Amino acid sequence: MSMATITMARDTSSAVSTADVRRARRKQNLTGWLFISPIVVGVVAFQFFPILVSIGASLTDWNGIAPPKFVGLKNFTEMFTDDPLFLQTFKNTVYFTLASIPLTIGIGLILALLCARPIKGVAFFRTAYFAPYVTNVVAIGFVWFWFFQPDNGVINGLLHQLGINGPQWLSSSSWAMPAVIMVSVWQGIGYPMIILLAGLQGLPNEFYESARIDGAGAWQRLRFITLPLLTPHFLFLLITQFISSFQVFGLIYVMTKGGPGHATSVYIYNIYQNAFSYGKVGYASAMAWILFVVIAAVTFLQWKLQKRWVFYS
Amino acid sequence: MRIVGKTSQYVVMSLFAVAFLAPLVWMISASLRPEAKVLSSPPKFLPTDTQWSNYGEVFDLIPVFLWNSVKLAGLNVIGILIVASMAGYAFARLKFAGRDIAFMVLLATSIIPGIAYLIPQYIVFQHIGWVDTQYPLWVPKVLTPVFATFLMRQSFLTIPNELEDAGKIDGASTFGIYWRIMLPQTKPALAAIGVFTFLESWNDLFGPLIYITSENLQTLPVALAQFQGEYFTKISLLMAGATISVVPVIAVFLFAQRYFIQGITMTGMKG
Repeated sequence: MSMATITMARDTSSAVSTADVRRARRKQNLTGWLFISPIVVGVVAFQFFPILVSIGASLTDWNGIAPPKFVGLKNFTEMFTDDPLFLQTFKNTVYFTLASIPLTIGIGLILALLCARPIKGVAFFRTAYFAPYVTNVVAIGFVWFWFFQPDNGVINGLLHQLGINGPQWLSSSSWAMPAVIMVSVWQGIGYPMIILLAGLQGLPNEFYESARIDGAGAWQRLRFITLPLLTPHFLFLLITQFISSFQVFGLIYVMTKGGPGHATSVYIYNIYQNAFSYGKVGYASAMAWILFVVIAAVTFLQWKLQKRWVFYS
Repeated sequence: MRIVGKTSQYVVMSLFAVAFLAPLVWMISASLRPEAKVLSSPPKFLPTDTQWSNYGEVFDLIPVFLWNSVKLAGLNVIGILIVASMAGYAFARLKFAGRDIAFMVLLATSIIPGIAYLIPQYIVFQHIGWVDTQYPLWVPKVLTPVFATFLMRQSFLTIPNELEDAGKIDGASTFGIYWRIMLPQTKPALAAIGVFTFLESWNDLFGPLIYITSENLQTLPVALAQFQGEYFTKISLLMAGATISVVPVIAVFLFAQRYFIQGITMTGMKG
């Protein structure tokens, strides 16, 4: 069949004029662009154009309705010198991110190791660990909101059984953040688990065989073979988990609305309030670009530092 | 990995399973209790004093929200599958001027955090009267499926040339080859994208939160959050609503788990 195509193509190409070739090429180009036209129109209209507006808006004082007033870099200097809430929400976000990343990846690794062994019923367990990940954040936020009620909530009820007087959780400025982090980790673990499980299942067998011949124990095999071979997966998870944790919004919105005080107010929640509650569109846009710079810088740094610890076999 | 024996592995795995499932089990049993017994001391996780009438009460409130969630998920899934598969096909299989640059530029947009363009998008939609309509919840999403296009391109790249050539010899149009010959070969990728899109649309909080103010346009999960003081005044009702909002997602997930996991690992570690 393919032979026939080639000879046919050769026959026609020798017979046709350059004008025909040009016409055919023009038709080819048109067809290609027609196929991608919906996404090209969409990306230009709903991403490029808004991005340009956003860059412009970040240099203005604008409520989104009245004409914007150009203020230069004032929004950016104000953030760092004259907005304690910006600095606090930034710190809260760093706290949230630094606590949740090691927990999700660490527990995700344990679960992946458990699920990698082909035992009966493993599909049930894998599904159970993954279920919270696909559940909507409103349902999850509400369940845990009632779990964390200080007086009659489930968590303090269980602690009480153990003779422990539980803290005030979501209404305590020091316990609210750990509570939210716990829920976020509980919900998010499924993702690193699946990624690491796929990694484990793709590991080459020969390393393990020679290690067994050399008499390496299970812990040694884990420490010196499995973990180094998974480092590319860890890098991928560090990058993606940083990007998503730094933009946490849903759980905060449902469980605490940033409170008590501003104890759990995070970066995106602060942008959301500035843009959609206070109508400070220019200022919120400037914050969005600082977010972009932070994410880009950290991702770049992780990419550069991989030489020191990521192992490519 | 034989670090622990089989029995202890089952014990550890079961303890984890309890930790992951207990809150969901509690949600269901709370949705079936009389309001006074929802928060009991000591806490109870399994259903007691089952009261099915909670669901009757909730079903008086939620059909419109449920329909909005179903409708938006359907529009997003169908729209994204069409747009992404067409673009993915062109990027993988057609030759045309500017193809590779266009593809790179599309991918590059995904490094900008969504919030940066969501704010101006809102203002643009305000100007054209789209605020408090459902258009912002599907039109921009359907027309910008960059990630899905990437996945579809990968999938189209793996199909052998012979099939396409056969179509050309039979005189099929480019669209005919794409639609009748190539598209059916990419079913696993289509399924993965379909499941992803369904979950994303169904679980979306930010979009419905900022765009929808009319009650009759709201999606189910966000309606629970927005109208908890008005309609879902009891915890048991709220939990019944939450349970209903979770059931379709869990059903889709159980049914299409294989594609979903395939999709995650495909997007995750290729490249």
